[in-house]
Formats: sequence, C-alpha cells, structure tokens
Amino acid sequence: MDATTPPGAEEKPVFYELEEHPHPPGASTLFGFWLYLMSDCLIFAMLFAAYAVYGNSTAGGPGAAELFELPLVATNTAMLLLSSITYGFAMIATDEKRQGATIGWLGVTALFGAAFLAIELYEFSHLIHEGAGPQRSAFLSSFFLLVGTHGLHVTFGLIWLAVLVVQVLRRGLEPANVRRLQCLSLFWHFLDVIWIGVFTFVYLMGVLK
Amino acid sequence: MSSAADQAFHAAPDSHDDHGHDDHGGAPHGSRRGYVTGFLLSVVLTAIPFALVMTGVIADARITAGIVIAAAVVQIVVHMIYFLHMSTKSEEGWTMMALIFTIIVVVITISGSIWVMYNMNTNMMPGMGPDTATMTSGGM
Amino acid sequence: MSDTLLKTIFGRLTLDSFPIHEPIVLATFVVVALLGGALVAALTYYRVWTYLWHEWFTSVDHKRIGIMYMVLGLVMFLRGFADAIMMRGQQAMAFGQNEGYLNAHHYDQVFTAHGVIMIFFVAMPLVTGLMNYVVPLQIGARDVSFPFLNNFSFWMTASGAVITMASLFVGEFARTGWLAMAPLSGLDYSPDVGVDYYIWALQIAGVGTLLSGVNLIATIVKMRAPGMTMFKIPIFTWSALVTNVLIVAAFPVLTAVLAMLSLDRYVGTNFFTNTGGGNPMMYVNMIWIWGHPEVYILILPAFGVFSEVVSTFSGKRLFGYTSMVYALIVICILAYLVWLHHFFTMGSGATVNSFFGITTMIISIPTGAKIFNWLFTMYRGRIRFELPMMWAVAFMVTFTIGGMTGVLLAVPPADFQLHNSLFLVAHFHNVIIGGVLFGMFAGLNYWFPKAFGFKLDHKWGARSFWLWVVGFYVAFMPLYVLGLMGVTRRLRHFDDTTLQPWFIVAGVGALLIAGGIACMMMQFFVSWRNREVLRDHTGDPWDGRTLEWATSSPPPAYNFAFTPVIRDLDAWYDMKSQKVEQPTEGYYAIHMPCNTWAGIVLAGIATVFGLAMIWYIWWLAALSLVALIATAIVHTFNYDRDFHIPVEDIRRGEDARTESLARAGV
Repeated sequence: MDATTPPGAEEKPVFYELEEHPHPPGASTLFGFWLYLMSDCLIFAMLFAAYAVYGNSTAGGPGAAELFELPLVATNTAMLLLSSITYGFAMIATDEKRQGATIGWLGVTALFGAAFLAIELYEFSHLIHEGAGPQRSAFLSSFFLLVGTHGLHVTFGLIWLAVLVVQVLRRGLEPANVRRLQCLSLFWHFLDVIWIGVFTFVYLMGVLK
Repeated sequence: MSSAADQAFHAAPDSHDDHGHDDHGGAPHGSRRGYVTGFLLSVVLTAIPFALVMTGVIADARITAGIVIAAAVVQIVVHMIYFLHMSTKSEEGWTMMALIFTIIVVVITISGSIWVMYNMNTNMMPGMGPDTATMTSGGM
Repeated sequence: MSDTLLKTIFGRLTLDSFPIHEPIVLATFVVVALLGGALVAALTYYRVWTYLWHEWFTSVDHKRIGIMYMVLGLVMFLRGFADAIMMRGQQAMAFGQNEGYLNAHHYDQVFTAHGVIMIFFVAMPLVTGLMNYVVPLQIGARDVSFPFLNNFSFWMTASGAVITMASLFVGEFARTGWLAMAPLSGLDYSPDVGVDYYIWALQIAGVGTLLSGVNLIATIVKMRAPGMTMFKIPIFTWSALVTNVLIVAAFPVLTAVLAMLSLDRYVGTNFFTNTGGGNPMMYVNMIWIWGHPEVYILILPAFGVFSEVVSTFSGKRLFGYTSMVYALIVICILAYLVWLHHFFTMGSGATVNSFFGITTMIISIPTGAKIFNWLFTMYRGRIRFELPMMWAVAFMVTFTIGGMTGVLLAVPPADFQLHNSLFLVAHFHNVIIGGVLFGMFAGLNYWFPKAFGFKLDHKWGARSFWLWVVGFYVAFMPLYVLGLMGVTRRLRHFDDTTLQPWFIVAGVGALLIAGGIACMMMQFFVSWRNREVLRDHTGDPWDGRTLEWATSSPPPAYNFAFTPVIRDLDAWYDMKSQKVEQPTEGYYAIHMPCNTWAGIVLAGIATVFGLAMIWYIWWLAALSLVALIATAIVHTFNYDRDFHIPVEDIRRGEDARTESLARAGV
C-alpha cells in the first residue's frame, strides 16, 4: 500500500488517484461541438472553392451582376446580424439564470432567423422564375448550393432552437440545458461568420465584377 | 489547471458557479457590453462594404474589392472575439489550435483548387476565356 | 394507371432489379442466404438475441464498440477478398479467344466494390476499431468523451456496409472505379442505381466516421489521466490523435463533393457535367483533397501499432519518441499539400506538377525517419519474435519497397508513363497491404489477449503470416512488371497472350493469400478451443509498457478501479519497475454512461432513407427523413444517461483480479 500514499508525502510517488477523478458529464461537449463546427467549416470551404472556380462559368446564362439585388441582401444580412445580438442577450439571461428572459430572447432570435429564411426563399423563387435556377449553369449550381447549404443550416438551427425552448420550459436552466444553449450559441454565431463570407465573396464581389 | 482561463472569463459578473478544480466546461461567457460592442463593430463593417459597392463611389473596382475583403476579414475576427468568445485560453488553447489548423486547411484547399483549376484551364482550353477572368478575381 | 401507382410506391424498383438471370450473383446470394439463415437460426436457437441487444448492440462501452468495428471489418474483408480473387481469376484466364467467366457489366462492379469495400468497410472499421478499443485504455480513461455518439458512429458505418452489400442482390453497384470519377459517374453515363448505392453508402458511413473522429479527438484532449502531458501520451494514441484530426478535416470534403455529385444526378445541376459550364476535373480535384489525407488516415494508426509492438518486443523504450511525434505532425500538414500527385496527367502544367511532385517527395522524409526509429529501437534490443513482431518486421521490408515505388511515381514525367497502369495498382497494394493490413494484423495479435483474455495460437498464426507475406509478393510483384510494360488497370480481357504467365503467377499469389486467410480463421478457432491453455491471467501477457496492460484481460467495464497517475511515457513499465500494486480497498461507486437504443435505431432509419433515395421511392425517403429527425429529437429529451456501478460489483471484480494475479505468481 506504500505506493499509494496521498499527495503531499514527498518520498513516495503517487500512482493511483484514490478518489474519483471528477469528469462531470458533458465536460467535453463544447470542445467536441467546436470540432464539429470546424469540420462544417471545411464543407463550406469546398462550396466556396466550387463557387470560386465556377464563378464565371455561366454557360451563356445570366451572371452575378445581372442577378443579385443588393438591397435585398443587405436586409437579409441585417436580419442575421440582429438575430446574433439577440442570441447574445439570451445567453446573458442564461448566465443570470433568468429563464423567462432567456426564452423571450430566443423567441426574438427565432423571428429574425425566420425572416432571414423567408427573404432567402423569396430570392431563390424569384431567381428560378427568371429562368436562373440551379440547373441553368455551373455558376448558378454553385451559388444555390453554397447559399442553400447556409440556409439549410439556419433551418436546422431554428428547429434546434424550438426544441431547446421546450426543454428549457420543461426542465429549466439546468446544466444540460445550459450546455445545449451554449452549443447552439456557437452554431448560430458560426453561421453568421459563414454569412460574412457569403455576402462578401458571392454578392458584393459578384456585383463588383 | 485552467485557473488562468477561469480568472480571465470570470471578470464578467457572477458568471460562474462552483465547478471545482477543473473547469472542463470552460465555456467562456460574454458580457452585455461585449455583445453590444461586437454588434456595433459588425454593423459598421457590414455597412461600409455594402455602401461602397452599391454607390460605387470609388471608381477603381480593385480598390473597392480590397476594402470589401479587408472589412470581411476584420468582421470575421470581430465575430470570433465578441460572439464566439475565442481566446488563446479557452479549453487550454485547444479551440484556438483547432481553429488555426482549420484555417490552414481552408486556405490550402481553396487557394490550391483555384490555382490547379486555373492552370488546367489555361493549359488545356486556351482561348476559352471566361475562366481566366474568374480566377483572377475569384482568386482572393 | 397501375404502372404509375407502382412507380409511386416502388420508385425504380421492379422485379427486374433482382439479378436472378446472373448465375454467379444468384449462387452468391444462395450461399449468403444459407449461411446468414444458419447464423440467425443458431442465434435464435441459443437465445442470444436479447444478450446481443443488451450487451452489444446498444452498448456504449468503447471496448465492445471497438470489437464490433473489428468484426465488421473482418466480415467485410471476406467480401472484399472474394472480389479480389474473382478479378485475379478473370485476368488469369481471359486471353485471346477466352472471354473469362465475368462479363464486362459484372467485372466493372467487382473492381469498384473491391476498392470501396476494402477502403471504407475494411480498413476504416479495423483502424477505428483498434483506436476505439485501445485509446481510452492507454490514456487511463473510463470511456470516450461521447459514448452514445460512439455507438451511433459504429451503426452508421455498419449501415453504409449494409447498403453496399444490398447492391449485390438488389440492383447493381457502381461500375465506375472506387472514386466514381465524373463524368462517368454522372447521370448520362451511369443512369442506373449503382452510383446512387455508392453515394449513399459513403455519405451515411461518412457521418459515422466523422463523428467518431470528433469523439476520439475530444477523448484524447480532455480525458487523459492526471500527469499525462502531451509528450507522455503513448505513441499509438498520438497517432490516433493525428489520424482523427485528419478525419475531421478530410471527410467533410468527401461529404461536399458527393453532395455535388448527387445534386448533378438528382436535381440536374451542372457541377461535373460536360455541359452547362460544369467541369469534371473539379470532381477529381476535390475528391483527392479528401483522398490523399485518407491514405494517411489509414496508415498512421498502423504506424502507431508498429511503434508499440517494436518497443514492447524489443524490450526497449521507443527510440526517438519525440521525433516520431513531430513526424506525425508534419505528415498531418503535408497530407494536405500533395493531392495533385494523383492526377499529374490532368494537364495543370509544369509549375503545378513540380510543386506537388516536390511536396510528395518531402513527405517521404518524416516517413523514412519513422522507419529508422523502429530499426534503432530494435538495435541491441532483446527481440522476441512473437506474432505481432513478425508482422512488424514484414511490414518494414514491404512498406519500404512500396514507399520507394511511391517516390518513383512522385516524379511527374515518370508518372505520365505509369499513371493508371498496373504499376500504380502494385504500388498502392504494396503500401496498403504491407502497411495498413499488416499493421492491423499486428495490432489484432497484440491486443487480442487484452480484449478476450487469451492469446492467439502461435502455430496457425505463423502459418497465416508466411502464406500472407509470400502470397503478397507473388501476387503483386508481377503487377509491377506488367505495369512497367504498360498494362493499364481495370482490364477485363487481353489480346496479347504473352502477358498471361505474369497474370497466372499473380493468381497463384492470390491463392496463397486465400490460404493465409483460411489459416487466420483456423487460428481464431483453435485459439478459442484452447483458450484455457492460452489464458492470460496477469493482464500483461507481453510484458507491455503502456497503461492498457495495467488492468485485467479483458478489462472491466470501467477499465480502471482507480485512475492511474502518470509519471513516465512508458507508464506501466514505470509502475512495474517501482513494484506498484493497485490498492485492494477503498473502492468507490463509478459513474458510467447508460446503454441506449438510439444509435442502432437512428442508423436503421438512415439505412431506409438511403435505400429509398437510391430507388427513387420518394414517399419513403420523406417519411424516413422525418422519422430520423423526430427520433433524434426524442432522444434529446432523455436526460437520464448515466448510472453508478455499485461498490460491491467493483470490489467483486477487483478481488477476482487480485486472486488471479496471485495465482499467476505476480
């Protein structure tokens, strides 16, 4: 037993921890979720690469400058940015253990997110009606895939947000729920970062060309 | 273990409870001021490029493009710091490490793809022009 | 009218989709059905279904999941090898007038399935299985970071394997080669279900691979025993860390490129088409951005196994541990800088080709450093030629040859000659069999006693070893020669009969390998029969050096009753030399995750979704997608995910171990 003397006894090294090493459940969750986001980032990287390579492959069809309406994009960007700050307020309310405020801010965030999606769907249907659907050219294929994948992520985020609201209502701001809110926070702000890339490289640079 | 990280983030009021010796969760918290600062910076950094492109005040498109891209890069950093709470200390630097590695791979794959495909197009389909233009501006 | 109704209900699936008119496929189906039926009947007769369900299928124990991965890999290996021997047979006989026994339609599926299965459903599960089993033990953890995700990942991988196997009996598999290059894989040239099978099998399995990558990185980063700093991590775990970083950074690329291919096929977009501005070479470019790191994903864990094996069986600390770690990190970055060497002939020009040629040659430097480190570890060691060590030595010789032919291929002008030839085929089999497969066999023989409590039989193992190694050289050296003579790959029939002797020799080699596989199965059987003789009472049958040998064989569900504290790289060797004994009292209840049904159910629904998409059964696809999301949401409402193993259970288990150690005289 001499080898297992508690820490502090200098002469004998310690080889076993005699008490349970505290690994609280979910201790790795945020880091693991961050790793997932990094991998998601690489999916977007490939979509950006495809857009960069196909950017001018319009096959005689309309190009970026003719198609994109910047006022619409600006409105959309504002929606997403506002949803980001409201999600931030939801997280602050969570830190302060104010459940009602958390749910309220989550609701506002969902509204902005839904507005973003509505505007994006309007833009897509408008483009398709003009004959500029994803089948028209490689340029439009890559545009729809990149922006659509981002939109799909926002949709998924909204579903997740709705589920979390229910879970917070049922069980309150307990550790597992707080962890989930933090993960969704990372997800939501990550989508914002991707959107910066989208509006810069797809819309602004596209119109600039 | 991550006591430095603890102190750094617990400057925010009453942010953390008793997590014990190991702040494994390591979730960095933002303050209201941080979120508002980030938001205001983002608004400015979004408004500038949109205004430049929509009004076309700068005649030279390349200068506009440079400013637009610079604003985007700065805004991404702003989001990382104020919204995603990135710092070299969170999770003992592992999130930052993961981010840096990801950025390296993203840069390699995007710039590599563009370089490879551009060279192929100029070599194999000379004169079939449109792609040449794509690559030079899409190259950034 | 009823025709449209049938189409709505069954999509593209008709009675003609079942290949009853192909005798070879039919015979295979009969054999599989009989064997499968016998297995199901036996399992039912011995009433082990509930046992399997509760103890294995729903288990979140990393050890059980690791074993299930290994079983999946070995079973699929038999299928992949059956494809291989069919190809060798066809190529050995199809000369001049003789058309062989496989028609082109079938032969093209065989070589595609062989490649896909061997990489995705043999090598990947074996690698992931070993990492899953060994890593938490080596770092002194009780389980992985996300035990439920681990179970889910396994079942998603299995789901991909099921979809691939289904293509054998319903419809057909892709006829495009294992990377399904566009535009051949586009709708214009492959209108059938084959490529869709390929896409959905890989997408679904890819989710599992990616999540298991995230899981193992988080485990290694967050769950190490106290005292285990980065440079005290055992080398196998280090290689697992780098491997999983590569997985997380490479598989999304595959997901993206396959998504684009499926959009081309399902929606009519123009990513890789010849028209509408699409560019098939972009597919080649993107899939190799995934494909090259994938090569390192497979080989790095094997490097880790060899490092452990060489050090253990030489009775020495690993030579140049630090340089090994840095070599891994350098390889991790360089793996993303060489992808174009797979398509030098695309026509990117001299600048691009020389850049990628040079980076390719550079990557052989860290690899070479590792070979020297193993040799120096053996130098003046007390080498014991147990089975794992035999595989390690065979690896060093074989892999070096394969590596050098790789450097040959890295020279762009040489590659213009050798591209797409049998020389290339010989090269990558040389590194994948000689590297990955030998590594997995070394690992299997090395950790088998840990997993099951008894060693594998040496005699049958040695027979299998010699047949494998000799068979490998006999099978693949002729392909180098043929490749140098200009024979291209994937040919079903040859006009030039002077080539035939080489192919016959290669066929003999394949038969020797078949003998090696038979001996390996015999080895498992004989070892199981003699398990009492081969029993490992100590938990440390090889005089090991790392933590996994510090616990009993097989380890208890909680791995370690007391978390070890690490002072040295070879932690267990350090403990043994200090004559440390684990405490025999003071146990406490241990917090563990609960088993869950969610993983297997979710993967099952994903399988249905994949099959519905393949056959254009839209209503079923929509239904299963909704079911998938709903089931995942329901699972998140389950908050009671852990329990405590009571102290009495732990005391009983640990007392048995103390007794067993005493009996073994330790």
